[in-house]
Amino acid sequence: MSEERRRVFISGNEATAEGGIAGGCRHFFGYPITPQNKIPEYMAEHMPEVGGVYLQAESEVAAINMVYGASAAGARVMTTSSSPGISLMQEGLSYMLGAELPAVIVNMVRGGPGLGNVAVAQSDYWLSTRGAGHGDGRCITLTPYSVQELHDFTARAFELADRYQNIVMILGDAILASMMEPCTLIPRTEMPPPDRPYAVGPHAPGSRERNIINSLWVDFDVMEAVNIRNEERYARAAAEITEWDEFGSDDPQVLLCAYGISARICEGAVMRAEEAGVRLRLLRPKTVFPFPTAPIREWSERVGAILVVELSMGQFVEDVRLAVEGRCPVDLLGRAGGNMPSVSDVLAKVRQVAAKAGV
Amino acid sequence: MREELFMAGLGGQGVNLAGQLIARAAMDAGLNVSWFPIYSPEVRGGSSTCTIVIADGRVGSPTSERPNSMVLMDSTSAERFAGEIADGGLLVINSSLIREVPRCEGCRLIEVPANEIAAEIGNERTVNMSLIGAWATGTGVLTVEDVARSLRAMLPERHHVHMPANEAALQRGAEIARSLA
Repeated sequence: MSEERRRVFISGNEATAEGGIAGGCRHFFGYPITPQNKIPEYMAEHMPEVGGVYLQAESEVAAINMVYGASAAGARVMTTSSSPGISLMQEGLSYMLGAELPAVIVNMVRGGPGLGNVAVAQSDYWLSTRGAGHGDGRCITLTPYSVQELHDFTARAFELADRYQNIVMILGDAILASMMEPCTLIPRTEMPPPDRPYAVGPHAPGSRERNIINSLWVDFDVMEAVNIRNEERYARAAAEITEWDEFGSDDPQVLLCAYGISARICEGAVMRAEEAGVRLRLLRPKTVFPFPTAPIREWSERVGAILVVELSMGQFVEDVRLAVEGRCPVDLLGRAGGNMPSVSDVLAKVRQVAAKAGV
Repeated sequence: MREELFMAGLGGQGVNLAGQLIARAAMDAGLNVSWFPIYSPEVRGGSSTCTIVIADGRVGSPTSERPNSMVLMDSTSAERFAGEIADGGLLVINSSLIREVPRCEGCRLIEVPANEIAAEIGNERTVNMSLIGAWATGTGVLTVEDVARSLRAMLPERHHVHMPANEAALQRGAEIARSLA
């Protein structure tokens, strides 16, 4: 493999799949659902090139339990799906959080609730950051906003999953999945198998203690210890990997907060801020669990108002309000069902919010 | 520089592939670019559309409200979309299929008889190329040589035999654009 990184023009789905392979994923289990079918298609074609396993399961429930098994055996493993499919996986994900196992899950979010539609949405924010499933477990959640970031974040997710022994969720959407952009590919280096002393697998009798993977803890204190360990993981992740990006005025009157495809629209709004006559800055989280609470709190003391833009009736906005704790007004521009605000819509709302805040 | 190009045609006319070629050529020319296949939810009834944003800085939003340029390949798309072009924008239409020239006040219009050109060249699959050639030359964002180079890179080796026909169609479109300049 040459040192020079190859720049290609590919879809978000393809960039995600190749990111998985570059990140050392050698086991992929999945079940088809629009708008992410290009990912399993890519994996079916390219996993054999690296000696990896691609397997189409009979359902999402089967796929996530295959992921559970492969992770228990020490494999770098991933699955990808879209909203209704991720709902079906909740039980398996919760069990993996209980068993303290790493895996990478990609959700190319589509409209909901229910079977919804196949258009763009960001209404699985709670599903990703509050779950998975029942119990106190949480998924480390990354929010890419370009084809390049889908690639880079997916590759990095395997390292994070191993570092925290936890599920890492890539929260994409139907547009990021299907749009095409230039992408500089991470080389497919041979990843050394991760050192997982807890993994099950063949070993010489007596060479080590027997490993047991389990998420059933009848003893109160043992069950509580699992939860305490998980909380420690999340606290470490918050200190080590919370990431965000900012763009725009150094002296903003209104701060825009958005992630994923909404952050792209907001970036367009910042580029045209003079049309609104309002000094604008965008803060976009690259991780939403852990959440960039500190920078949002700092800005809330310096701006007249915060406008959250998301493709949902208001999920991400709750975390922003928790960070702001009433220091400034937080308004929402939310669309659903596949509809997206235009840059002009964002600027019109900015004017409103600025006027209301008197800035 | 920021160019927002909107392309529309009938399903099967190769709108998306033509858009991907332009986007790929923009990347190869060292520009930032996004290719976005959905225009709006009301696009139905066989129309195929894509938006390409090309910029020397940040792309930002991959969507466009008032495209600087449009390539429209059939009459339904012309009726539906031509009015949304920005003032002073460049409208390239396939005049082989669009009988009624769309009204677009203040826009520059290039009519390309793309099907006839393809027939003259003897390769009906080059219809999009004369339109792309006219767009590239009309906007000045890319040269037809840029597009041809990227097409060669995108095409599997076994299809390189079709390069001369594609290059001829690109040049024919470019000539029409130059003759109107």
